[in-house]
Amino acid sequence: MSMRKICWAAACLSVALAPLHAFGQTQEASYGFGTAARPEELAAFFGIPSDGAGLPPGSGDAAKGATVYADKCAACHGKQLEGNPAKGIGGDKLLGGRGTLASKTPIKTVESYWPYATTLFDYVKRSMPFNAPGSLSDEEVYSVVAYILSEAKIITPVEKMDATTLPKVVMPNRDGFEPDPRPEVQLYR
Amino acid sequence: MDKTPTLVLDDKTRQMIDQMIIAEQRHLAKRHDEEACACREGMFPRDMAANRRSVLFAAGSSAAAAAMLATAARAAERKAPPGAEFFEPPADPTKELGRAVAADEGYGSRSQFETEVRWRYPTANEYTSWSMTPLDQMVGNLTPSGLHFERHHAGTPTIDPSKHMLFVHGMVQTAKKFSMADLKRFPYIVRKHFIECSGNGLTEWVKPTLKTVQGTHGLISTSEWTGVPFAAIAREVGLKQGVAWVLAEGADAAVMTRSIPLEKMLKDAILAYGQNGEAIRPEQGYPLRLILPGWEGNTHIKWLRRLELSDKPFMTREETSKYTDLMPNGKARQFSFEMEAKSVITFPSGEMKLPGPGFYNISGLAWSARGRVQSVDVSIDGGKTWYPARLDTVPEPISTVRFSFPWSWNGERCVLQSRCTDETGYLQPTLAQLTAIRGANGPFGSVYHLNAIQSWAVAADGSVSNVHA
Repeated sequence: MSMRKICWAAACLSVALAPLHAFGQTQEASYGFGTAARPEELAAFFGIPSDGAGLPPGSGDAAKGATVYADKCAACHGKQLEGNPAKGIGGDKLLGGRGTLASKTPIKTVESYWPYATTLFDYVKRSMPFNAPGSLSDEEVYSVVAYILSEAKIITPVEKMDATTLPKVVMPNRDGFEPDPRPEVQLYR
Repeated sequence: MDKTPTLVLDDKTRQMIDQMIIAEQRHLAKRHDEEACACREGMFPRDMAANRRSVLFAAGSSAAAAAMLATAARAAERKAPPGAEFFEPPADPTKELGRAVAADEGYGSRSQFETEVRWRYPTANEYTSWSMTPLDQMVGNLTPSGLHFERHHAGTPTIDPSKHMLFVHGMVQTAKKFSMADLKRFPYIVRKHFIECSGNGLTEWVKPTLKTVQGTHGLISTSEWTGVPFAAIAREVGLKQGVAWVLAEGADAAVMTRSIPLEKMLKDAILAYGQNGEAIRPEQGYPLRLILPGWEGNTHIKWLRRLELSDKPFMTREETSKYTDLMPNGKARQFSFEMEAKSVITFPSGEMKLPGPGFYNISGLAWSARGRVQSVDVSIDGGKTWYPARLDTVPEPISTVRFSFPWSWNGERCVLQSRCTDETGYLQPTLAQLTAIRGANGPFGSVYHLNAIQSWAVAADGSVSNVHA
C-alpha cells in the first residue's frame, strides 16, 4: 500500500470514527457521588416550620424560663427584656411595640412583629445565647420561649410550651406579612 | 422633585445611622492623614512614593489608640497597609536588583502603596456587623476578593474543608452527604455575579447621610463564582413529589438559615467553592457558599452545610423578623428577594475634589437581578436631561457593568446622576418615585431594597458631595 493510500484510509477512518468521539462525552444519569446520610447524622439538624414539625420532646414554662432568662439572656436583652444597645452587646428588645407597626415609629419586637412562636424556638435553640450558641437544652429553650411569650402577654404564665402547644400560639402579628409585590409596575416605562 | 419625605426614625435606626456617620468620619480622617495632596483620594494617582511609607506607619500607630490594638500592632510591624508587605523603595529601581522570583513564598500581595480597605458598620456588636467595599477606589468590574463586602451574623468561622460536609435531605429519595472532594467531582459552572446586601444604602432614605460612595453603596461586590449547580445535586438525591422550598443552613455560630423557593434553586443556584480563580475567602463562606444570582445577599448562605427540601418555607428568624419590608400600612413584604436595577457613579463621588474645569471620565457601576443591564444614562443637570453612557464591559446576566461618560466640566455647580435600564425594561427609579409607592414612614422596616438614583453635587470649587436632588 502506498503512503498516499495509507493516508487516505486513515482520513476515512477518522471521519468514520468522529461520531464515536462525540459519544465519548458521557451523560451520566447519576454520578454516584456522595454517601448516604445516616439517620443519626441527620438527627442533629433541625429547622422548625410554623406547624411545629421537628419540635423535640420536652416542655417548659415561664417560671423555669425566668431563671434561664436571668442566667443566660438578661445580660444582652435586659432584665425587663428591653434590649441592651451597649457597645459590644447590642441585644434586641424583645417586648413592646404592639400597635406601632403602621405608625411612623414602628417598634419591631418578638411581641409586636414575629409571626410565629415556632421561629422563636428555632432561633433560640439555633443561635442563642450569642456567646454560647446551641448550649441550651430543649427544656431550657421551651422554658425561655414560654417566659418571653408570657412576659409579652401572648400566653398566660402557667401555660406549658411543648411540641403540641407551641405551634398553636397565635402571635399578634401572624397576619402581618404579604408576598413581595415587586416589580412595582409603575416603574416600567 | 425636591420634596423631602417627612420621616421619623426610631431610636435604634437613629443610633445605627449616627454610629455609621462616626465610623465614616473616622475612616475619612485617617485617609486624609494619609494624603499629602490637595486632590483627595480617588481623584488621580498621586506621587506619594516619597512620603507614603512614613504616614502609613503613623496611621498604624494612631489606630492603635482604638480597640483594635492587635491589628494595629501587626500593621505597624508590617509598615504596610493590610494585604501588603513593606519594602524600602530604592531611589532608582533601575539601578539595583529587585526582589527574587517567588521571594513572596509563592503568594503575591498588593502594592504597599495601595491603601483602600473595607470599613465596618459600627453596630454595637462587632460579630454581627457588616463592612463596606471601597467602590470609589475600585478599578474595572470585579471586586478583589479581599475587598468584597462582608455581612456576618456571628463572626467568620474557621472551617477545615477536609471535615466539611454538605447534607442534602428532607423530601428526597436518598438523603446524602457530600464532602468537598465529592462536590468538586461534579461538572461545574463559572459565572460572574454581583451580591448586594438588601440594606445597601439604608442610611440614605430620608436625607443624604453618608459622605462617600463606600458608605452609600458599599454593600455590593462582584466576583466570578465557580461551583456545582444545585440542579445537579437535586438529580443526585432525587426530589420527591411536592418539594417547593429548600432550607439552606450555614456552619457558622449563627447557624444562619433561609428558605429558598425550589424554582430559584433549580434555575440558577450555585454551590460555589471558587471565587475569582481561587477558593472562596473565609469571610465569604469558605469552603462552600450558596450563590443565588441577583437575590439579596443574606440568602447566599455562607459556610453552607445543609440543604433540607420541604413543601413549605421554614419561617426562620431571617425571613420573618429580619429582612422583611414593613410598609406604611403596617404590613410587611416577605420573601422580597430580588435586588432591582440600580447604578451609581463612583467617579467622581462624595469627598473627592476635581482640581479644576476640564475633561473628566465619569465612571460607575450598574446592575440588576432581572438579567443584563441594557443601558445606562448619565445626567449632569440633576436628572433634567440624560445622555447614554458607554458600557465598558460586555453585559452579563445578573452581573455588574462598568460604565463611563466623557465629560467636560465647565467649572459651574452641577449634579451628576446615573440611571440603569435592565433587559426587562425596568428603569431605575428616583427616590421620590420609590417613596411614592412604598411610603416614607417605614423606618427600620422599609430600609431595605433602596435602588433609587444617586446624586452627587459638584461645587464650583470642584468638591463633590452627596445630595438628594
